[in-house]
Amino acid sequence: MQLDSRIPSGPIEKAWDKARFEMKLVNPANKRKYSVIVVGSGLAGASASASLAELGYNVKCFCFQDSPRRAHSIAAQGGINAAKNYQNDGDSIYRLFYDTVKGGDFRAREANVYRLAQISVNIIDQCVAQGVPFAREYGGTLANRSFGGAQVSRTFYARGQTGQQLLLGAYQALERQVASGKVKMLARTEMLGLAVIDGRARGIVTRDLITGKVESHVADAVVLASGGYGNVYYLSTNAKGSNCTAIWRAHKRGAAFANPCFTQIHPTCIPVSGEYQSKLTLMSESLRNDGRIWVPKKKGDKRTPEQIPDAERDYYLERRYPSFGNLVPRDVASRNAKAVCDEGRGVGETGLGVYLDFSDAIQRLGADGIRERYGNLFEMYERITGEDPYRVPMRIFPAIHYTMGGLWVDYHLMSTIPGLFVIGEANFSDHGANRLGASALMQGLADGYFILPYTLGNYLAGAKLEKVDTAHAEFRSVENEVNAMTRRLLSIRGKRTVSSFHRELGKTLWEDCGMSRNRASLEGAIRKIRVLREEFWGNADVLGGGEELNQALEHAGRVADFLELGELLAIDALQRDESCGGHFREEHQTPDGEALRDDERFCYAAAWEYAGAGGQPVLNKEPLKFEYVPPTQRSYK
Amino acid sequence: MNLTLHIWRQKNASDPGRMVRYEAKNVNADMSFLEMLDVLNEELTLKGEDPVAFDSDCREGICGMCGFMINGVAHGPQRGTTVCQLHMRRFKEGDQLHLEPWRARAFPVIKDLVVDRSAFDRIIQAGGFISVSTGSAPDGNAILVPKPAADLAMDAAACIGCGACVAACPNAAAALFTGAKITHLAKLPQGQPERYQRVLGMVAQARQDLFGSCTNIGECEAVCPKAIPLDVIAGMNRDFIKASWERREEVIEKGAG
Repeated sequence: MQLDSRIPSGPIEKAWDKARFEMKLVNPANKRKYSVIVVGSGLAGASASASLAELGYNVKCFCFQDSPRRAHSIAAQGGINAAKNYQNDGDSIYRLFYDTVKGGDFRAREANVYRLAQISVNIIDQCVAQGVPFAREYGGTLANRSFGGAQVSRTFYARGQTGQQLLLGAYQALERQVASGKVKMLARTEMLGLAVIDGRARGIVTRDLITGKVESHVADAVVLASGGYGNVYYLSTNAKGSNCTAIWRAHKRGAAFANPCFTQIHPTCIPVSGEYQSKLTLMSESLRNDGRIWVPKKKGDKRTPEQIPDAERDYYLERRYPSFGNLVPRDVASRNAKAVCDEGRGVGETGLGVYLDFSDAIQRLGADGIRERYGNLFEMYERITGEDPYRVPMRIFPAIHYTMGGLWVDYHLMSTIPGLFVIGEANFSDHGANRLGASALMQGLADGYFILPYTLGNYLAGAKLEKVDTAHAEFRSVENEVNAMTRRLLSIRGKRTVSSFHRELGKTLWEDCGMSRNRASLEGAIRKIRVLREEFWGNADVLGGGEELNQALEHAGRVADFLELGELLAIDALQRDESCGGHFREEHQTPDGEALRDDERFCYAAAWEYAGAGGQPVLNKEPLKFEYVPPTQRSYK
Repeated sequence: MNLTLHIWRQKNASDPGRMVRYEAKNVNADMSFLEMLDVLNEELTLKGEDPVAFDSDCREGICGMCGFMINGVAHGPQRGTTVCQLHMRRFKEGDQLHLEPWRARAFPVIKDLVVDRSAFDRIIQAGGFISVSTGSAPDGNAILVPKPAADLAMDAAACIGCGACVAACPNAAAALFTGAKITHLAKLPQGQPERYQRVLGMVAQARQDLFGSCTNIGECEAVCPKAIPLDVIAGMNRDFIKASWERREEVIEKGAG
């Protein structure tokens, strides 16, 4: 496989301008002759669909939920970064670029990140014009806050619901195009296969989730905006329905999958309370500004927190990182929480939790002061746990939150299959081995509003596309594959529920390929996943038929894909024999226990090629060059 | 705790449907309501019975996908809470719970507790946006927005589109939903150019989709998981009256009012 990243030559500041100038244009009168399929309606998918339709293309947009407004971008809380420098505090495009490359632990492509920082400013303008109710100062200007340890205030926000408001802005733009007839929206419709004709992506095969009807859709280009694969861990902060099926099926048709082992774990989530747990809820990172994190010094201490005197508490982050204390980055905070729990000092019924204690802050600021800052978060915590965090310390534990890996794309956001574009969390491009806070919303919207509309046009203008329709043999063949899989799932009639397989897969990955990984654990994970996958196809129980609303069947298809992706994730983690960002290999750490990169051997993006069922995936490497931000070792002591 | 559930089972849109009784045993108080149903579904599956279909996605109260009636109350007994965030500690041993889908002509039942809410999308298509194509926006600070206006816009924009307001309304009106979007955009300077055309279009569409009329009962506000205030309906009505006068020709054409 040839990986051509198509990064423009010359200075990075001019790269995007140069690329745009060199791109071929589609004549306005010809745009209406082209059709584009967009799978997914989150920030990336909705913004792309709306923008392409505004240009005149005919768009078909698909989502599995009942409305495009449900996409999981809606749950993002914190905010969106932009290098506006409205606060006059020294921010710039270059600084946002620099922070993002460094935060990604030098495993992202410099040119992509620079473009992201450039476009960030346009995103804010666009969203304001759409009526997104960003927080304002009394003078009427936009408010900013600093987020995730950034030294400048560049984060724009709408209370704790920034993702919701940005998504509704994009959704409304999309609905405007639905009304104009340029977008055909197909909700409750899931993509189950990709059609590739003459080496180019030319359509998809879908299942109508209400009637079960399997149908082919033809187009001149296909865009995947289907989000991340965090639910491979079963428990994550993702929505229940978030899945990898669209990108995984595309991978199996030839799209390379890059850096699957780069997963992000968020340190402040509400801990698991029992086997029945269906998902994990994030508590904003901002809580670490005032809360103090501790566990008992003694192992297996079953006393309630107020019975444990200060001298018998271990404020382990303050002890180990005196200068950053409780504000160390996400990966460091997460690993340390796991370490103290592994020692048997975790708190709560399951022993998988640490205290986040506000009693000092309440003494200092008063309960009202705390309510003003975190009132809604405290309420949410109480609603879920039944405990009052004004009186009892919160219990928190890390959880899978975001996946930096995804389908490999070039500078034009096109995958290794010509005509197949991948945007938002579904691609691998901009965050390297670790994503900074408030950057996911920025990337999804940059891809959808401002990058794809140019690069897709360039592709269409340059491609000589044969006229095809859904009668083409390729569509029959993909439909047959999809129908065969449905029949196979429904005919197993085994003794275990699909959820129990999903839970076991998640547990294996979390324990062996979660916050920290080593050779032995990864080899074990690969073995266990293979066994589990075999059992799934012989012993899963999926009831009902294929021609009706059948949520168990939907879930079964997604879990079948996770069982394959999970193995690739572990294989990638095994191959990457270094620590970087969210990928912590225990064999590679500094004497202080920090991640130790190996730039000599691993300064590349790992793009995996599918090699058939049971085959060993083929590794392709895209070397990464750092000409502007010289790689350094992070330290938070 | 042990509970008795009476759940609406309906195979598809043409099936008349009926209530079916289930026993939920050893329910953990820390479970969410939907997790309790997940466990019930696992048990039903292992017994070879069709699991109960219900919608949910984010399970943190923001996507608006979940929702059904619990003993006649949309999203159940806890105020300001979606069913995915409702926890079983709110219930007690021996409770009898009746679970039914949203009931409204505009929301036909698809299966069990799942309904079709696409009428909400059509209301947004009828004007619930600002017409600004990508690329044509001025600088974010070029138009100042007074903080109180931004705050009020945000209060209304918090709507998650779950449909509880419609289900709770004896008229099955979509006034709270429609009013929330109209108010959100009407409070902002960016929303002014299309303000009156928007209200006419959206109200007409709600009628066309067979939602009822608002008679100021207030059930919608009481069950709204985001506590959207009734004021948004008053705001919508004010704008509608003004628009109806200023744009009488269009109103007559569209049949609203």
